[in-house]
Amino acid sequence: MSFSTLISKAVPLAEDNVDTDAIYPGRFLLRIDKQGAGACLFYDKRVGSNNTVHVIDHPTFKDAQILLAGENFGCGSSREQAVWALHDFGFRCIIAKSFGEIFYSNCINNHILPIVIVDNDYQVLMSAAESLHSFHVDLNSKQLSVQGGPTITFDISQQHQNMLLKGLDEIGLQLKNDSADIDSFEAAQKQSQPWLWQPIFESI
Amino acid sequence: MTAKTLYEKLWDSHVVKQYNDNSCLLYIDRHLVQEVSSPVAFSSLRARGIGLRQAQKCLAMVDHVLPTQNKQYIEDPEARIQIQTLVDNTLEAGITYFPVDDARQGIVHVVGPELGFTLPGTTLVCGDSHTATHGAFGCLAFGIGASECEKVFATQCLKQIQAKTMRITFIGCLPVFCSAKDLALSVIAKIGAAGGTGYAIEYAGDEIRALSMEGRMTLCNMTIEAGARVGLVAPDEKTYAYLAQSPLAPKHQNWQDALCYWRQLCSDREAHFDREVSIDISQLEPMVTWGTSPEHVVPISANVPTHVNTQAQSQTRNQARNQVRNQAREASWQKALTYMQVKSGAPIAGIKVDKVFIGSCTNSRIEDLRSAAAVVAGRQVASNVIAIVVPGSGQVKLQAEKEGLDKVFTQAGLQWRSPGCSLCVAMNNDRLVPGERCASTSNRNFEGRQGVGGRTHLMSPAMAAAAAITGEITDVRKLL
Ligand code: SF4
Repeated sequence: MSFSTLISKAVPLAEDNVDTDAIYPGRFLLRIDKQGAGACLFYDKRVGSNNTVHVIDHPTFKDAQILLAGENFGCGSSREQAVWALHDFGFRCIIAKSFGEIFYSNCINNHILPIVIVDNDYQVLMSAAESLHSFHVDLNSKQLSVQGGPTITFDISQQHQNMLLKGLDEIGLQLKNDSADIDSFEAAQKQSQPWLWQPIFESI
Repeated sequence: MTAKTLYEKLWDSHVVKQYNDNSCLLYIDRHLVQEVSSPVAFSSLRARGIGLRQAQKCLAMVDHVLPTQNKQYIEDPEARIQIQTLVDNTLEAGITYFPVDDARQGIVHVVGPELGFTLPGTTLVCGDSHTATHGAFGCLAFGIGASECEKVFATQCLKQIQAKTMRITFIGCLPVFCSAKDLALSVIAKIGAAGGTGYAIEYAGDEIRALSMEGRMTLCNMTIEAGARVGLVAPDEKTYAYLAQSPLAPKHQNWQDALCYWRQLCSDREAHFDREVSIDISQLEPMVTWGTSPEHVVPISANVPTHVNTQAQSQTRNQARNQVRNQAREASWQKALTYMQVKSGAPIAGIKVDKVFIGSCTNSRIEDLRSAAAVVAGRQVASNVIAIVVPGSGQVKLQAEKEGLDKVFTQAGLQWRSPGCSLCVAMNNDRLVPGERCASTSNRNFEGRQGVGGRTHLMSPAMAAAAAITGEITDVRKLL
């Protein structure tokens, strides 16, 4: 799966510190596979709460692939289930003022593009999302533009940009290209820090 | 040679190769495996038709889903399947697994250090954000997602980008009845829940040297609540004394050689940090959270704030930006006040609690239990309160029982349980019912974290013990 451009409405979730417990409540972590994770997405906010329709369920945003949120989105628990749920629900891009770091890596590993924006752009984008304007994301040029609005250049590391653009399989690549380097690292460490190579579980 | 920070030394000694996109392939020495984050990692590895590169670098156990009343009887069929899946996967992979009834089983972040699985100078990962805990040993430890667990299984490496460095220096001495938990909460109060994002934090100052290993673990554990994946304390004689007792620490000549190596693991005097923060702790008080983010925190003598504090925004520079930020923050504060049903401007002390939880990878080690026991000894839990004590591991439990702490707890009316994550994450049958309020020594006060509709106030073990006795949030210093 690769990612290059995306045109979609953005679901405005104007909150800071949305944690992964909120995105994917802990009790659903008992499941051992990722299929159907979307059903648990924001479960306690959507299903549990008193008859108000959660913004991601609003008919206007049906099929929206972008989620727009405030600061520190995806903070807290490392549970990748949160990202699986967002992906399963249809999100391919999340725009926020900042992200929980592990969540950010989990996004990259699941082909979701996380975009970090600054405060001033946040206001503009929030209004645009609320006015149902469509967002245009181009990962090649690292640009985000909104219908009738500004064009924002966003930052993403070259490594992450590549992974998303090419849909790279890191494990496959490393096994192919890096095995010899790993071998020699291990050989050297066995010499310099032999205590890390004792067959440890014989001793307990 | 250029001066390096501890983080940079740990990083540099694990670089397998550098790529031309500014990232590095980092070697991983230790991998802790638990039931929640591993099933998909194992199944996708199986789908690839490949095995583990270094099964002997892994250690596995169940912690999240275990019941803590009778761990032999697991009522929930999904939990049974999850546990069995870990048993099957580790057996197939050849990974050491501590069964549920093993005396060493417990929360991975308590067990790893006490066995000496966690060592200075190593890299350690786990599919769990509180892996930061192990940084207390001068170990580069960080939480990862399930996909990354799979990568480590397959290659024993992770492609990573080096973090920026932040040093947090505590000035002054920790006042009596304050603990590492209060230090951790004061850090979050100072830099905010996202203040550490992008940084590896090193803790420094005389008080760090004075802290026990347990205290250092508590502090490093909650680094993730300040947004940083890595929290570090340079190893010292205390570290080595702690490890000397542990079964997996190097032995004989290896121990001597390891000591030589570990003694170099500190930030050089001239090392440059991208951000320096200092916190004066000489006036610190026991800290308590009032809201739904760990940054919603105040000293016990204070009131629930009436307006957004700006301290946690020290990175914010211009006013316009400040205003926008304040609006968003204001909204989330309002939401938190409503959810928690606390009044802004009212004292944090005196808020009634229904439950008390002493446990979690933050505060379930022997020292934590001792400090809670000292408060409840000879007293009785308030009649409106259910209080549970959940030791972090089988070893902690044994040690506590040896010292008679279990009796102290049960005589005071607290329940003495078996090791596990328990009410920290509410994946077993320990949970709050909607509307219940809990004084908790865990690390997250998120909405619903301890059960749907539950309300969490984070605090130290001594403070939680005090709340158990009085039935309300209480300044423990008044009880002692
Ligand atoms: S005790 Fe809580 S925070 Fe620690 S590992 Fe268990 S669930 Fe996670």
